[in-house]
Amino acid sequence: MLEKALTGNRTYWTWIFFLLVVIGAGAACWYWQFRTGLTVTGLSRDVVWGLYIAQFTFLVGVAASAVMVVLPYYLHNYKAFGKMTILGEFLAIAAVIMCMLFIFVDMGRPDRIFNVFLHPTPHSMMFWDTVALGGYLCLNILISRVSLSCERRGEAPPKWIKPIIILSIPWAVSIHTVTAFLYAGLAARPFWMTAILAPRFLASAFAAGPALLILLALIVRKLTTFDPGKEAIQKLAEIVTYAMLLNVFFVAMELFTALYSDIPEHVLHFQFLFMGLDGNNTLAPWMWLSVVLAVVALVILVNPATRRTETTLVVGCMAVFGSLWIDKGLGMVIAGFTPSPLGKVTHYAPTAPELTISLAIYAIGVLIVTGLYKIALEVRGQMKTEP
Amino acid sequence: MAGNRRDFLKLAGLTAVGTTAVSSIKAPTAAASTADSHPEASADGVRWAMVIDLRKFSKDDALIERCVEACHREHNVPNWEDDPKNEVKWIWADDFETAFHSQEFHFIREDLKGKPTLLLCNHCDNPPCTRVCPTQATWKRDIDGIVMMDWHRCIGCRYCVVACPYGSRSFNWKDPRPAIDEITADYPTRMRGVVEKCTFCEERLARGLEPACVEACGNEEIVFGDLNDPSSKVRQLLAERMAIRRKAGLGTQPEVYYVIDDPRTLQETAPAAVVDGAEGGDHA
Repeated sequence: MLEKALTGNRTYWTWIFFLLVVIGAGAACWYWQFRTGLTVTGLSRDVVWGLYIAQFTFLVGVAASAVMVVLPYYLHNYKAFGKMTILGEFLAIAAVIMCMLFIFVDMGRPDRIFNVFLHPTPHSMMFWDTVALGGYLCLNILISRVSLSCERRGEAPPKWIKPIIILSIPWAVSIHTVTAFLYAGLAARPFWMTAILAPRFLASAFAAGPALLILLALIVRKLTTFDPGKEAIQKLAEIVTYAMLLNVFFVAMELFTALYSDIPEHVLHFQFLFMGLDGNNTLAPWMWLSVVLAVVALVILVNPATRRTETTLVVGCMAVFGSLWIDKGLGMVIAGFTPSPLGKVTHYAPTAPELTISLAIYAIGVLIVTGLYKIALEVRGQMKTEP
Repeated sequence: MAGNRRDFLKLAGLTAVGTTAVSSIKAPTAAASTADSHPEASADGVRWAMVIDLRKFSKDDALIERCVEACHREHNVPNWEDDPKNEVKWIWADDFETAFHSQEFHFIREDLKGKPTLLLCNHCDNPPCTRVCPTQATWKRDIDGIVMMDWHRCIGCRYCVVACPYGSRSFNWKDPRPAIDEITADYPTRMRGVVEKCTFCEERLARGLEPACVEACGNEEIVFGDLNDPSSKVRQLLAERMAIRRKAGLGTQPEVYYVIDDPRTLQETAPAAVVDGAEGGDHA
């Protein structure tokens, strides 16, 4: 089936070429980083994780969110999601691969990556995250492959795949829970040491992921004869709405606990995020933008009229995605390091090579989504005829 | 060589675990009876600890510099002085208030205010850093409680740096070798991309020597010894003096203690008249 991604019109190949150029630039930067060390990033002794690990965290959420189409379709037999599930699963595959790449580029000794498997360590959450993500990737590849080949042959999927699909549902929840556990179990980092981190991760994932899926489905509809159906889009929009409300609620819980208790260790991180600390307010404009986007998103999504109008829905989905990307892909990780356990504030901003490498990994994700979506649509005969 | 050494350490560790298990089965009451006893590395093993006697440090002391210098020279620690972003340090001084950041100090004794305080790996009995390492490249040694590092296994994920509540771990953001002032031949250098930290000079302990920083002192400003030995100097100091540990509330059980008694107690044995005239008595 993979060969279907290797044929296409001029627009398709121009797009692929563009992505390859971005990937090439990132690869060159990564090679430089590999030869010189992580000193080419903006990271330092006090801020040891940054953009890479933050993107990893955010994308685990995108990967997990596939469950929001898989669960209603397979567990509740919600037929409207029939056409969407494969898009969700393929998005999950691309997101997990991006996660793995972001971990890989963050490693000081990528040449020793196999040490994680040679010395499996159950008391490290990173070990479990590797297991969870690897397993989730395998599950999604297997499920999407089997169901798509059956669809191509016009057969019903084999019975044995059903339990595997059911297994993928709690597994999706597990990947983001374990990712939250990477952070939430550290006595050294009060900002992350909160029981609501995993629920909050899941809520933001189930908002940002399906919001992205809506946008992707609409793009695909524009480019091909594929139509996800109005009902499916609207149902997803409702899911995004509830998840976003839950996420905002969880953030409010977090703020109440920190600010009302007024324990400096907890308050200072939020102060750094929204007001700046010791003259360092790099993230404050971003965080306020995130707040504004969240408000815009909720106004659009909660109001049925604007949610049902496609143009406003698109704006709402973009606002959800943007707001949560800032919150999780920028603020969450960096604020954990600021102030440091010794109370120091160290400036961190990603460097040009760091940004290029990150962009390239996103481009790899987009390339995978493009290729896989093309395969799915070819199989269903939904590509527009060649010009 | 490194492999053999590691295997030996592992073997020694396993033996220690074995003996602990056996003895705890044989005499459970003995362990339970001493409720406030310190967690022991092994039943009959040693538990290295350090007591830093802040009474003996003054505000502008070349002593601090001597300790840091001795350690960093001995262990080929790179010197990125003009480049804080890449900084690597095993032992360093910060002011007292920063060292004990989680406490709030108001109206404290004059001599403690801004006092340079030596900081290093605490070799915690319950280390959060070893718990998170995905490859067991850092671990607490069973035979004596030292938190060890294997620079050949470390994948450079920096999870241990994130988990350490004391900022005691450094990552080599770039090749450290060009920044080593003078390479000490009988100690390894590190490569870019791995984490490093103080090892309580396990290589010196193996030769029957005290840690480099302790040796650099000369007047028992830093005392090193076995917590499991009730007659050791560290135990004596802890029993007689007021000593605190950094962020003790986190339950990490740091094994570096700081004596914070008034420096005048150093003259305790002297006649009272001398005590009055001792330094710091400026509140009259």
